[in-house]
Amino acid sequence: MSPLAAGLLQVGILVAALSVVYRPLGDHMARVFTAKRHLRVERVIYRIGRINPDSEQKWSTYAYGVLGFSFVGIVLLYVIQRAQSLLPFDFGRGNVPEGMAFNTAISFVANTNWQSYVPEVVMGHAVQMIGLTVQNFVSAAVGLAVAIALVRGFVRHQTDRLGNFWVDLVRGVTRILLPIAFLGAIVLIAFGVTMSLKSGVDVDGQTVANAPVAGQEVIKELGTNGGGVLNANSAHPFENPNEWTNLIEIFLILVIPVALTRTFGQLVGDKKQGYVLLGVMGVIWTAMLGVIWAAEANGIRPLEGKELRFGIPGSAIFADATTGTSTGAVNSLHDSYTGLGGGATLLNMLFGEMTPGGVGTGLYSILVMAIIAMFLAGLMVGRTPEYLGKKLGRREVTAAAVSILAMPTVLLIGAGIAAILPSTQAALNNPGEHGLSEILYAYASASNNNGSAFAGITVTSDWFQSSLGLCMLFGRFIPIIAVLALAGSLAAQKKVPVTAGTLPTTGPLFATLLTGSIVLVAALTFVPALALGPIAEALL
Amino acid sequence: MTSTLQKPAAAQAKAQAKPGIVAAIPEALRKLHPRHQLRSPVMFVVWVGSLLVTVFAVIEPSVFTVAVALWLGFTVLFANLAEAVAEGRGKAQADSLRKTKKDAVARLVDGDVVPGTELKIGDLVVVEAGEVIPGDGDVVEGIATVDESAITGESAPVIRESGGDRCAVTGGTTVLSDRIVVRITTRPGESFVDRMIALVEGAERQKTPNEIALTILLSTLTIIFLLAVVALQPFAIYSGGEQSVVVLTALLVCLIPTTIGALLSAIGIAGMDRLVQRNVLATSGKAVEAAGDIDTLLLDKTGTITWGNRRATEFIPVGPTSEEELVAAARLASLADDTPEGRSILELAGGRPATEQEKTGEFVPFTAQTRMSGIDLGERVIRKGAASAFELTDTAREVVDEISAQGGTPLVVAENGRVLGIIRLSDVVKPGMKERFAELRSMGIRTVMVTGDNPLTAKAIADEAGVDDFLAEAKPEDKMALIRKEQEGGRLVAMTGDGTNDAPALAQADVGVAMNTGTSAAKEAGNMVDLDSDPTKLIEIVEIGKQLLITRGALTTFSVANDLAKYFAILPAMFAAIYPALGQLNIMRLATPQSAILSAVIFNALVIVALIPLALKGVKYRPSSASALLRRNLLIYGLGGVVTPFAGIWLIDLLVRLVPGIG
Repeated sequence: MSPLAAGLLQVGILVAALSVVYRPLGDHMARVFTAKRHLRVERVIYRIGRINPDSEQKWSTYAYGVLGFSFVGIVLLYVIQRAQSLLPFDFGRGNVPEGMAFNTAISFVANTNWQSYVPEVVMGHAVQMIGLTVQNFVSAAVGLAVAIALVRGFVRHQTDRLGNFWVDLVRGVTRILLPIAFLGAIVLIAFGVTMSLKSGVDVDGQTVANAPVAGQEVIKELGTNGGGVLNANSAHPFENPNEWTNLIEIFLILVIPVALTRTFGQLVGDKKQGYVLLGVMGVIWTAMLGVIWAAEANGIRPLEGKELRFGIPGSAIFADATTGTSTGAVNSLHDSYTGLGGGATLLNMLFGEMTPGGVGTGLYSILVMAIIAMFLAGLMVGRTPEYLGKKLGRREVTAAAVSILAMPTVLLIGAGIAAILPSTQAALNNPGEHGLSEILYAYASASNNNGSAFAGITVTSDWFQSSLGLCMLFGRFIPIIAVLALAGSLAAQKKVPVTAGTLPTTGPLFATLLTGSIVLVAALTFVPALALGPIAEALL
Repeated sequence: MTSTLQKPAAAQAKAQAKPGIVAAIPEALRKLHPRHQLRSPVMFVVWVGSLLVTVFAVIEPSVFTVAVALWLGFTVLFANLAEAVAEGRGKAQADSLRKTKKDAVARLVDGDVVPGTELKIGDLVVVEAGEVIPGDGDVVEGIATVDESAITGESAPVIRESGGDRCAVTGGTTVLSDRIVVRITTRPGESFVDRMIALVEGAERQKTPNEIALTILLSTLTIIFLLAVVALQPFAIYSGGEQSVVVLTALLVCLIPTTIGALLSAIGIAGMDRLVQRNVLATSGKAVEAAGDIDTLLLDKTGTITWGNRRATEFIPVGPTSEEELVAAARLASLADDTPEGRSILELAGGRPATEQEKTGEFVPFTAQTRMSGIDLGERVIRKGAASAFELTDTAREVVDEISAQGGTPLVVAENGRVLGIIRLSDVVKPGMKERFAELRSMGIRTVMVTGDNPLTAKAIADEAGVDDFLAEAKPEDKMALIRKEQEGGRLVAMTGDGTNDAPALAQADVGVAMNTGTSAAKEAGNMVDLDSDPTKLIEIVEIGKQLLITRGALTTFSVANDLAKYFAILPAMFAAIYPALGQLNIMRLATPQSAILSAVIFNALVIVALIPLALKGVKYRPSSASALLRRNLLIYGLGGVVTPFAGIWLIDLLVRLVPGIG
């Protein structure tokens, strides 16, 4: 089979698999967040946490919940790493250094999974399992909860209640992430992913590091986290042994963000509203896949940095999925990609992670962009702008603007300072335009909570550990606060009835408008910086 | 209106206020004050940028630096100019209004004479023929004819009398005959004319909710570009091509949405102005914006949808009479009838004027006793009148009853006591209403006709006029209930009204247009006053509201779309020196880096001037569905915004390259 045919077949299988689960999973998630009844295990959790699961919260209380829970998560994760030597399965790897522990704690709580450490050298199984993997579940559930709160803002009228954060968080874990992860792990093991408590395995007389991989691999992809148990991430044969596991992992990366559009359509009572978002995500994702694939197939050294068992299509699809979803897992070295191909993975992140974006974050990010697009469109049809029956006034635009501003602000400030620090030159593998691409990629990855590494840049200095840590922190939580405030002001409104004068948001016109807005905002913001990095590289 | 009549205040002012760009220059210069610049965050950034570049131009003068400094200064100035021109039109209107505000002396009922400026609410003043009414108020005693042309432009005197719906008088108008006692209802300085002046001058202009939201969006864009440009310097230093502050400032000013930032306040002022030109006064810009959002229009049937008077629409012969016979008799009976109904019968009968022979006939006028009128022409005694005045056959009775049941008025025609037939008088829908309502429907606006008629008649008219719904046998409280019901469903409602009993509904409606002929209670309650007292104007008001928003949206889109070409002009100019490959992006083939940057800056400034007329006039609005409107505006202002600067910058570069030191 030619590489092209093999690649198309993989895309075909992927799309088919996603279509099969789209409706059932999307509908299931809609039920999860609207159901009245609590599972027995959930009741136990609520009793322990002294939570009244039937009381609903205002947006500010909801936001305090998110922030408090995440802050405690960061502190706990920091302490666990710093006290690793006291824990079992540490294999004498010692306590994680301060800067690295700080960076890693934020990274995993912010659903970024940026890794400034080499896992098999730094982290023991205990830290991986009770620290990092726990955050892989709950940070994804936090994203889901925030997205659902925003959707409730559209669905509800004249109320200040957005649901209960703790209930949404618990349900996201118990009813969505855990069941799928359990099934997924079994499938991955069946296809050859390892699962072992030993520190290594003897292969032809050499000790190769090993870990309970499958259990963490599955949530790494499913929760769009991306932090590998092993340093080579999904390029490692224990994490991703063959083309089947490769496809399964890509499927796991995409499945929740994609199905959430169905959930959205169900909850707002018009499935077409969800389909149009899926369409926009799909068009951009597919276009970017085309760019990456074509660029890599025509590169000077097309297979440099890629695993032979995945080839160019298997690498390109994975690269597109991981950068389009804020996952950050990698099965090939993006640093070795062509100027255009590598630039495309960078651009995927700069779109603001909404094609289809991370678990929950993708949905709320694209909804924020839809609000901005509908504001302009509403003006152009001569009415006070509205979206999904809610007026877009001063409060809504302010919240959407803050949410959109956070990422470019921290990214450009961080990367700008890094570019002129004398120490940076020493940290780079490459000088010139490719070096700038490496810097931009690192800060784009952190600020967008992607976590994927271009590599080629050593990020263990105090500057990088702290600045990237802050980028992850602000890039995650400023938009979350803004989105919850937005949800609050939307929910407080009356519903505007649909009339013949209402601009429909289900057709191709809206899809074009939204696609254009996503591309335009990213392009206008980042073209000057990109010109000196990937664009200069690609034009050479 | 003939030439001898005084023009309306607004029209008069319009004639004086040709948007004089030259006249507005001094005001534009005054607006360079930082306090004023802070009102628009986008222009404030340009203002700071132009000062910064000017400093560099003084320290290290070069042709390029001085040229950029000059054009950045022009950019700020052009924005001020746009606002000054828009305000200038209002100022002229205010001046002509001020002339009407004579220093009237008020004569109180107790005989004291005080200046008009010292009147208190509740004071009773006496005004006699030839005197100017010193303040807004209600007539509490007497009846007088009043010349209100100073306010409305309508020269025909109006009658104002105590009690009822014609008791409101406006300060500054003149009593022509008789004597009235007026109870003052407003404080000096808050009168109708005062509010009008403040309004057209824009003195109290506050940003409307939508303007604020848009300003936030524009500020966001400005921050993004500020970040992008500031961060570009370290990247440039890293790449070995440090940029000068002049070039970076030029890039920043070109990228931030200066076009809309410069024109935003002019668009708002011009929107209000367009209303004033149509003789409508809005109490706030917010009301104008709300007009664009209206979902439901409540329209009174009489005078708005139908002509105020009933008109002949059909001749129905009864018995052996032929239609020709009936028409001829009806014509003769109406020859001398000067009522609107009578004229409409003549019109329907063919409109032939009376012959000499017919003029010899003896006309019999209508009296309350006979309830009929007609003509005695030789032997022939032709009469027309109310059905109850004649003895009717059974067939005739049936026709009469049927017409009544349908809401029409039957008029019986008889010759020498024999009933020839019946004329049907009915409400006639004004021509073009059906089309207007269809337009409104395509804009998503539902029309509801409000009438005191019975449901049957109301339905007949509603069907004929093509309104979406009607409220029959409506009492003022029904109107109020309807508005509440619509608003509970989240709809915005507009209505017109003139009576005191309309006041609560006018206040409740999102857009309440009071007729100037109405009571002061009605005018107080509404948020707009129509000086022409033309209820159909509501439709135009809605269009003006929409046009205002569309103009903002279109120019924002245009402004942002412009950035693409500017990147293609400026980025290669900045970086082709370090990465020659980036020279490929210079697709406009601009001569030198300096000419490229300068051309982009000049284009950016000139496009503001070029768009001032559009901002003042408003983007053309054609009623159509939201999708069609969006598609059209995206095409014109989005795609046009992408293409125009490529052509513009290329053309400007052809000239700029000729300047020594740049080309």
